[in-house]
Amino acid sequence: MKILVCVAQTPDTTAKIEFINNSTQFNATGVTFIMNPTDEWYALVRAVELRKQHGGTVTTITVGGTDNEQTIRKALAIGADDAVRIDMQPTDAYNVAAQIAAYAKQQNYDLILTGKETIDYNGSTVGGILAELLDLPYIALASKLEMPSPNSAEVWRDIEGGVEKVGVQTPFVVSAQKGMAEQVIPNMQGIMASRRKPLAVLPPFDVETLTMAESFQLPPQRSNVKLIDPENPAELVRLLHEEAKVI
Amino acid sequence: MSVLVYIDHAEGKVKKASLEALCYAAKYAETQGSQVTALVLGSISDTVLASLSNYGATAVWHDSNSAFDGFDSGAYTKAIAAAATQAKATVVVLSHNSNGKAIAPRLSARLKAGLVAGAIALPNTSNGEFVVQKSVFSGKAFAFYKITTPIKIVSVNPNAFAINKTEGSATVSAFNSGVSAADIKIKVLSVEKQSGDTVPLPEAELVVSAGRGMKGPENWYLVEDLASALGATTACSRPVADVHWRPHHEHVGQTGITIRPNLYIAIGISGAIQHLAGVNNSKVIVVINKDPEAPFFKAADYGIVGDAFNVLPKLTAAVKAFKAQQH
Repeated sequence: MKILVCVAQTPDTTAKIEFINNSTQFNATGVTFIMNPTDEWYALVRAVELRKQHGGTVTTITVGGTDNEQTIRKALAIGADDAVRIDMQPTDAYNVAAQIAAYAKQQNYDLILTGKETIDYNGSTVGGILAELLDLPYIALASKLEMPSPNSAEVWRDIEGGVEKVGVQTPFVVSAQKGMAEQVIPNMQGIMASRRKPLAVLPPFDVETLTMAESFQLPPQRSNVKLIDPENPAELVRLLHEEAKVI
Repeated sequence: MSVLVYIDHAEGKVKKASLEALCYAAKYAETQGSQVTALVLGSISDTVLASLSNYGATAVWHDSNSAFDGFDSGAYTKAIAAAATQAKATVVVLSHNSNGKAIAPRLSARLKAGLVAGAIALPNTSNGEFVVQKSVFSGKAFAFYKITTPIKIVSVNPNAFAINKTEGSATVSAFNSGVSAADIKIKVLSVEKQSGDTVPLPEAELVVSAGRGMKGPENWYLVEDLASALGATTACSRPVADVHWRPHHEHVGQTGITIRPNLYIAIGISGAIQHLAGVNNSKVIVVINKDPEAPFFKAADYGIVGDAFNVLPKLTAAVKAFKAQQH
């Protein structure tokens, strides 16, 4: 099986979110960057498990500058066989997905995995755009992926109020979320091996950008908390009804 | 120039999130003096189709092909794109729900149309631009995205836009999207519904959520009792989902799901930044925690410093008394 995993780099989950240049740009100064959690914990780990089951290769692909290489090495340490980096600063989700599609078109992957969304721009869109550009089936928000054979899969996806189980033949695209795999901490052997694994750096493809983030804003602060006597929760009910008007 | 809305339905009913998307489209169309065409795919009753006029649709197009009775994002995208072309739509609106998240990006690629995924406000069209606000950094900030293509796609975040029921009339007509059984590549094998008839978490207006402070899954009846008294949906923090005290789909937060209910009650959750990110767009937040130093109190509107095992039964009783009085 030939598997491609889309890996993005995002600010750490605890990073302080601030904007500069008249609120048009995220302030990356002093921010630690990590592999996007759903790409790492679910998409990549499940890809490595499926390779163990059926053989083949796991390639990661990242659109970004040289500052992404530590994240890419971590993906290799977790178990990817090789990595591709398209050397450009991402513009919008369409552009990122179209870069990946332009590369993947020449490669005939059986399975392409992404995390369900990045924790910075929260689009949940790269997998879908990629699937359309490659004319492949796409299952979003999958919490389980079983492949009894290398060319057919059963996928469980979350729907409102339940879970739907679907059947699909390779090749296809899946966005992975919690439930699909358990987080793996790379071991020393993996870390050593990751240094020797191939990382190809490619120039960007000529693709369009369809949207542009014009500006950012921080949410308004909440006013101070109103404390209620724990012995008198009826007061809370009254406030929720009369003051907040939510019940 | 017209606006096309894709309407999602399940079990014979239009999804609440799709009514929100329809009202969003109607409100936008009103500012532009344009018409709203609602597209429905698959088997559904005529009554339901006609009811869409009460939420702002001026035309309803229905492709009743049974190929749509199982969800395949590729086939749905093909159908919506065909409708958008036929309606000469310059704006396509749909919900940012589970199906919308699979369709909207495909549609963006198929129509070469810029997409804002998870809009929380109407487009700002001053200066001849088209700028849409959405949450970014998992609720820790907002971004204003400009769409630069002739056709624009907006997927509307559930619970971000109010449903406005009015009296209206619409023509309902059959629509042939050109999709056939051969376009279906994904076969639905089974659907497992969550137990009970509570509102699904992403759509819920009232949410009762609990964390490690509950000490074990056997104590969750206290949380469920409060939720059922309120008519709320239950949720949980990440550690609780990770140790399987609760199913993963209940996990709200940065790496779980992001919600924006009217009321979020957090019990025994300390309020780590990753959890706050998933819930801080809630309209009202109530925190119940025995630790007065819990960081969650800083993000709350109302707080009770107290032991959940003592507070919850009393609070549930108070809610029941309030509900009884309402009737």
